[in-house]
Amino acid sequence: MTIGLLTASYITSSVLFILALGGLSNQEKAKRAVWYGIVGMAIAVFATIYGNQVFFTEWLNWLIAAILVGSIIGAIVAIKVQMTGMPQLVAALHSFVGLAAVFIGINSAMLPHSDMNSTQYMIHNVEVFIGVFIGAITFTGSIVAFGKLSELITGKALILPGRHLLNLVMLFSCLALGYMFLIDEGNWTLIVMTIIAFVIGAHLVLAIGGADMPVVVSMLNSYSGWAAAATGFMLGNDLLIVTGALVGSSGAILSYIMCKAMNRKFLSVILGGWGDVTGPTMDIEGEMKPIDIDSVAAALNDANKIIIVPGYGMAVAQAQSTVSELTSRLRAKNKEVRFGIHPVAGRLPGHMNVLLAEAKVPYDIVLEMDEINDDFPDTDVVMILGANDIVNPAAQEDPNSPIAGMPVLEVWKAKQVFISKRGQGKGYSGIENPLFFRENSRMVYGDAKKSLDTILQSIN
Amino acid sequence: MIIGCPKEVFKGENRVALTPESAKQLQKLGYICLLEAGAGNNANFSDKDYKNAGVKVVKNSSELWKQSNIILKVRGPEKSELSKIKLNHHIISFIWPNQNKALLEALKKKKVTAQAMDMIPRISRAQKMDALSSMANIAGYRAIIEAGNQFGRFFTGQITAAGKVPPAKVLVIGAGVAGLAAIGTAQSMGAIVRAFDVRPEVAEQIESMGAEFLMLDFESDGTGEGGYAKPASKEFIKKEMELFRKQAPEIDIVITTALIPGMPAPKLWPKEMVELMKPGSVIVDLAAEQGGNCEVTVPNKIIETKNKVKVIGFTDLPSRMATQSSSLYSTNIRHMVDDLTPKKDGIPFTNMDDDVIRGATVLHDGKITFPPPKPKIVAIAKHDTKKIKEKSPEEIAQDEINAEKKAGKLQFLLLTIGALLTWFIGYYAPSDFMQHFIVFILSCFVGYQVIWNVSHSLHTPLMAVTNAISSIVIIGALLQMRTENDIVSILALISIFIATINIVGGFMVTKRMLSMFQRS
Repeated sequence: MTIGLLTASYITSSVLFILALGGLSNQEKAKRAVWYGIVGMAIAVFATIYGNQVFFTEWLNWLIAAILVGSIIGAIVAIKVQMTGMPQLVAALHSFVGLAAVFIGINSAMLPHSDMNSTQYMIHNVEVFIGVFIGAITFTGSIVAFGKLSELITGKALILPGRHLLNLVMLFSCLALGYMFLIDEGNWTLIVMTIIAFVIGAHLVLAIGGADMPVVVSMLNSYSGWAAAATGFMLGNDLLIVTGALVGSSGAILSYIMCKAMNRKFLSVILGGWGDVTGPTMDIEGEMKPIDIDSVAAALNDANKIIIVPGYGMAVAQAQSTVSELTSRLRAKNKEVRFGIHPVAGRLPGHMNVLLAEAKVPYDIVLEMDEINDDFPDTDVVMILGANDIVNPAAQEDPNSPIAGMPVLEVWKAKQVFISKRGQGKGYSGIENPLFFRENSRMVYGDAKKSLDTILQSIN
Repeated sequence: MIIGCPKEVFKGENRVALTPESAKQLQKLGYICLLEAGAGNNANFSDKDYKNAGVKVVKNSSELWKQSNIILKVRGPEKSELSKIKLNHHIISFIWPNQNKALLEALKKKKVTAQAMDMIPRISRAQKMDALSSMANIAGYRAIIEAGNQFGRFFTGQITAAGKVPPAKVLVIGAGVAGLAAIGTAQSMGAIVRAFDVRPEVAEQIESMGAEFLMLDFESDGTGEGGYAKPASKEFIKKEMELFRKQAPEIDIVITTALIPGMPAPKLWPKEMVELMKPGSVIVDLAAEQGGNCEVTVPNKIIETKNKVKVIGFTDLPSRMATQSSSLYSTNIRHMVDDLTPKKDGIPFTNMDDDVIRGATVLHDGKITFPPPKPKIVAIAKHDTKKIKEKSPEEIAQDEINAEKKAGKLQFLLLTIGALLTWFIGYYAPSDFMQHFIVFILSCFVGYQVIWNVSHSLHTPLMAVTNAISSIVIIGALLQMRTENDIVSILALISIFIATINIVGGFMVTKRMLSMFQRS
């Protein structure tokens, strides 16, 4: 294969990747678009193998084994994973990209560079250094995110005293090591920097609380792209640069959307902890009024317009298929049932949509916050399933609330609001929710799935 | 402890303070429940229903008073009952302590602890025990039913083969709980409903029930403490009368519900108004017990005036719907007992630090504890008079223009910085780096444009697929496979291995997710 053909293959792959991402603009196009991605990847890999005659390697058997076993593991994981476990899976997969970028960068530093002049060599070393640094942060950051999302480690933010100072010290040591690496002090500097970057990545994500995970996962998604782009620069490979840049900007935009949905600055999410609260928060008056399941079922039977607002609690209770069954039964009675999805509901951007899709809830009744927010005043019943901060009226009404200004679903404007909740606890942000104390709110305590199962029995 | 519910002795009182349903709940709190035989008969609860709910039915009332520690009643203890009261009895019922000082003194002698269901503070937390509201709700509903019973026409307007029937016009004065219930009932029966209240902020509630709020052009707020009304000024009353005089000839049914706490009912519908009304019209005076809002009202009677207007002065409207009112009242009282039994051990604890219990308790520890001190929490949030200034359309447009300008300036600044930075890099970097750099920057822009179009609902598949394609780093590892250096080869192999997991896993899981999205 000539260089020209190889480049042509790379161009084809790049275009296919762009189409694959562009196709996600709607559900029907997306089903075709994913094939563009697969074909693009296949072309790129085969062109590389043939164009560079990789099969002449002494490790050919190992190479084949690696690809085969990797494919099988990938396939098993993809088939087995529960939709509620998507956030963990995505985080785990990000760590792989990060680790691969680290290894490739270190390799690149170990290989001889006799063909480069001094400027090129200098730039190459900068690229190696940046690639490895981003890759390392992505790797441990993703692993910690994986641990938090799968609840292997606590979701609470770990706030070390002087953590900003610690981060700064580590960052400056990396810069110092980078300088030493550039003046050819040896590859050990690169290895030490990698280890420090590992610590930075882990520490950054450890300091971020559970509710901010959507931002973290998007951010790591972005990093994995930038790591790939840096690898591309290092190897002088445009396909890697294009793909990395696409993924990097995709993750960055997702992070931006998530931050906007929480009305928070990206930097303050990344540095962990809630922003400064300027004054005492409003006192809440009244009490949470519990209601029994039969009354909820009766209210649903009487209602014409129903909006269901799912949150992370629905995923935890694995209640999505019961929700779907409830929806279809209510729709069969000619009731208008719709879903209102907050951008940061769940632990992954778009997480709720995937869960509902899995449970066969038609996607055209699943609406975004902006599409549905004006409809609450005409709604008879709103059912909130394990959501808290995203329906907190304090965000609009209490300027001193830590979530003040965050866009929220205005469920309290509906005639009646039922909140399915495990107990009387607070949301992830630890903020009291005045919604629960409102006149038109009633609490349905207990596991969301069990409650809904009981409601189902009275609706048919 | 033992809770007992005697038969109401007041003549015509059909309600009962304990229902089989509430008895079950009280037993869950650790109490034993007793009932005087036949106490629930008038409310259609038979002794058998009670027995099935685990209630012990006692033959006569003296026995019941003797055996019980706590007495639940609707009406406060009557004279005939005073002799049955034991030392340290605990009584929960309506008491009206302001009007019944003698009763308080009598109870004090027996060291009775008593909670008055009419003294529950009006705060949100206490709404579940607010018996006045539940009774008022029933009274409001029943007022319309009684009016309909006396009224000679349809409520709803009809056009029939036998002629056109105009809808009835109903005027509700005082939009408290009873007034709102009356509005809702009349509205649902098809009448044209108008309503008046001295408190301007209830306009919204009236309109939400579908009635027309009769606005009085007067700068005054008749809202008193606890959301109740307060007496109005002379000028105000003059204006009010003018308004009513205009309405009276038109209106078919008037429901008056105006009460000011602790005072006789204001006379809002004097004789002259009654005389202005059409023959066949009906007035229901819900304030009859406190003297009536209408001058001609006779409590507990229906009278007909010379000009054929009927005036209903029933004071027992809730009792006329005894089943409904008993079940609501017993639920209120059950919530009260619930709050009195924080440990759920069947032993009442009158916690005088609790605003709600403090407010309701009129006798405690052998002392009269009425009137209670002011509650710590302000009853109903005072209306916030400071409204956020609404922006005019011009101001909004101006804001937008300013924002545009600002964004434009920012973009210009960023572009300048970007260009300078690129020149700086271009000055030092060799040309082949710059070529890659062009590709990089353009790709970022393409990515930016493409990703903004991605549907929000597909963000999870987007992450999965970007993750799969970011495994394009496998190419780097493949290129490093042909080398003499074993360490490099092994690291590259590991990279290829994990990148493959990523590629296959990422694409497959994306496909799986996308196939789940279905249209309805």
